[in-house]
Amino acid sequence: MNAKRNDKIATGLLYTIAGIVILILVLLLGFIIIRGLPQLSWSFLTSPSKAFSSGGGIGIQLFNSLYLLILTMLISLPIALGASIYLNEYAKPGMITNAVRTMIEILSSLPSVVVGLFGFLLFVVQLNLSFSILSGALALTVFNLPLLTRSIEGSLKAISNDQRNGGLALGISKWETVTKIILPAAVPSIVSGVILSAGRVFGEAAALIYTAGQSAPALNFANWNPFNIDSPINPMRPAETLAVHIWKINSEGIMPDATAVSAGSAAVLIIVVLLFNLLARWLGRALYKCLTAA
Amino acid sequence: METKDRYILQFNSDQEIALETKQLKIFYGDYEAISAADLQIPRFKITALIGASGSGKSTFLRSLNRMNDGIANVQGQIWYRDLDLNTKQIDVYAMRRQIGMVFQRPNPFPKSIYENITFALERHGITDKKQLKERVETALKQAALWDEVKDKLNKSALALSGGQAQRLCIARAIALQPDILLLDEPASALDPISTAQLEETLINLKEHYTIVIVTHNLPQAARISDYTAHFSQGTVIEFNDTKDMFTQPKVALTNEYISGDFG
Amino acid sequence: MDKIRESILTTSRASKLERRGKIISLTCLGGICLVVVAIFGFIAYRGLMTFTSDHVSIIKFLTGTEWNPSVSKNGAPLVGALPMIAGSFLITILATVLAIPFAIGTALMMTDITPKTGTRILQPVLELLVGIPSVVYGFIGLTVVVPAIRTVFGGSGFGILSGTFVLFVMVLPTITSMTVDSLSSVPKDYRSASLALGATRWQTIYKVVLRSATPGILTAIVFGMARAFGEALAVQMVVGNATLMPYSLVAPASTLTSVLTTGIGNTVMGTVQNDALWSLALILLLMSLAFNLAIHLIARRGAMKR
Ligand SMILES: Nc1ncnc2c1ncn2[C@@H]1O[C@H](COP(=O)(O)OP(=O)(O)O)[C@@H](O)[C@H]1O
Ligand SMILES: [Mg+2]
Repeated sequence: MNAKRNDKIATGLLYTIAGIVILILVLLLGFIIIRGLPQLSWSFLTSPSKAFSSGGGIGIQLFNSLYLLILTMLISLPIALGASIYLNEYAKPGMITNAVRTMIEILSSLPSVVVGLFGFLLFVVQLNLSFSILSGALALTVFNLPLLTRSIEGSLKAISNDQRNGGLALGISKWETVTKIILPAAVPSIVSGVILSAGRVFGEAAALIYTAGQSAPALNFANWNPFNIDSPINPMRPAETLAVHIWKINSEGIMPDATAVSAGSAAVLIIVVLLFNLLARWLGRALYKCLTAA
Repeated sequence: METKDRYILQFNSDQEIALETKQLKIFYGDYEAISAADLQIPRFKITALIGASGSGKSTFLRSLNRMNDGIANVQGQIWYRDLDLNTKQIDVYAMRRQIGMVFQRPNPFPKSIYENITFALERHGITDKKQLKERVETALKQAALWDEVKDKLNKSALALSGGQAQRLCIARAIALQPDILLLDEPASALDPISTAQLEETLINLKEHYTIVIVTHNLPQAARISDYTAHFSQGTVIEFNDTKDMFTQPKVALTNEYISGDFG
Repeated sequence: MDKIRESILTTSRASKLERRGKIISLTCLGGICLVVVAIFGFIAYRGLMTFTSDHVSIIKFLTGTEWNPSVSKNGAPLVGALPMIAGSFLITILATVLAIPFAIGTALMMTDITPKTGTRILQPVLELLVGIPSVVYGFIGLTVVVPAIRTVFGGSGFGILSGTFVLFVMVLPTITSMTVDSLSSVPKDYRSASLALGATRWQTIYKVVLRSATPGILTAIVFGMARAFGEALAVQMVVGNATLMPYSLVAPASTLTSVLTTGIGNTVMGTVQNDALWSLALILLLMSLAFNLAIHLIARRGAMKR
């Protein structure tokens, strides 16, 4: 009865493997929580960082990350919407469409350092935007576009053709049928996709170190004139984000409490990504209910 | 009884013709779904299209208001008000406003009942609030839906029952006051009561609209239509006054088809 | 002339909107394609400088084992990229090979062994693993994996092995979830037919399910490799960044991405040192293209078989 025995052994092995994978996640999260959570305090989350002495916070980096995220989404969402509408609603199957899809696939699989280096060449050097929030947001847009486009395309595809026929049969243009009927109907799933991609963007660092820069100059939170150099919303200032901060202090090794600050920052990163995940699910479901409610 | 291969009724000049196809051929790629169909659609009448599944009824109907654009290759002519609709000079959107269509599965938009109707009106330039309100009310009354929904116009249309949703789709189409209404098996997803209501609605609409309806349900065709066209393998083999067609079909295949269904 | 007839012959508002909408959306799509072309253009242009204006031979660049761009020997700068190329390949292959059994095992749990509970627990686990940012993996690698390896093997702890462990966890969810997709696309009939013939569950999995899912699993593996090859910061934080030929798994080494992340900021544009780095970026770009090509080829093979 060799076969029976092998079956038992294999099953046991598979359970072990799955157990190890779960254990890895538990250890990872446990480590971050045990080391990171104690660091979290209001002052840690709001005060500026200190390069050479301990006790610094991550206030500016946190703000930078959020600002960069919003700017990136503002730029990439309309482009991704347009591109996915063309792909799903207008593109005729054929060589050209296939080539375009392949290009988007290639873009989505490019290593994010390569995207960052391209951003450095084009935005920082060629367009002279220097290390700035804007350069960073543009690089992140390049990084974000292919995935967002594909996710929105999927959301559009999921809406029944009956709706398109309904619009067209009333003499409405395809464009308005798509933008005013299909798109709203797809909003719940588009929103989920956008929030998930926001999580990715929030944690990205490699695309930013040579575009948004690695320094976080002090900000004056009373100054909201975007043209002032210390204004938080000035898009032309260099801006180290939370993810870049973790990388920076660990590879430089001059901050005395780098490990503690990193653990705290990592905890914040993971909590935010987690929140995005939950939000994506909840908001998607809530919007869907809203849409179909009597 | 004498039988023919094909019998197509020709109208004499006192019957106004709303739409006429001449040598209409429709291809899906290499596959010829409709071969040389000639048909006159009389004005302010209900014309039923019957025939076995796959005989090309939907394909034919969809080409009448160019819903097959980009899907099938349509050759031949479709005459409407002395214009051949199957030409480049036609503005399809303006044309579809005159030749509306209702589909097999009810497809209300994920909007409120009110917006379902006003949406297309606004797109076609009717923006006056009062006028919109009037149009909504008239359309819903014509579609025999007003009494059921008048208190929940702002509720989502997705909450309506299948029969109500389909009548909303009809209301949405007639709110534009089109010339012609094309319906593709509009009752096939409905229960008997909703079907009866829908049939009544259509008979009442005949006064103002030219109606072409595809149906699988032969008793239904007999009940509501004035003329019937029998499609078989991509062409019209018999077109006649409904009563004549159902009592003394002139084509053997029609006889077979009809008697098969009535048992 | 009748009004309706006239309206049908004039260009409607809808027609105009339609044309405008089509142009707008096409522009967006064209923009994305332009970006792709620009990425290749820019990086190829800078990356080829080493060979065109600095007169380094491509062969020497790819096979040279000494990387010291600021030093010249025999009239040409010392830019042998083999240490980094080898480092990248070594880490990628080791991490993927390590991940494959875990990925397939986990995927089988979700599709064949305990589909309900397995998926309910493992699906969120995978989603969380994917969601963790790479700097966090790097940080944990630095504070947990590196010291652990230092304790076990001595030395600094930095090196290929540390990188392997970190990347193993990072590619695991990618390979697993794609393997799940390919396993669950194997028709149910195959399984029930095999079981009906008296095969055990494991025999069914091994001989039927895994066989017919092979192209999909291969695609998953190549995807994982692509992710590993391109990962920068997490690897850079634990690999040690010594531009030496890897001679031991537990000695500091480097990868294409690690040298790029540390180097670009420390060199001046237009110098040999800088050009050489862009050549590394070009290799990275071409490798990404190669992985894509491999995925396409596998897909085509798989389609032909069916
Ligand atoms: N979009 C399509 N692409 C290819 N063939 C189609 C398409 N739609 C319908 N057909 C084919 O055309 C023929 C007629 O179909 P249809 O007009 O839907 O018939 P009916 O409505 O009478 O049941 C059928 O053989 C069907 O398979
Ligand atoms: Mg049909």
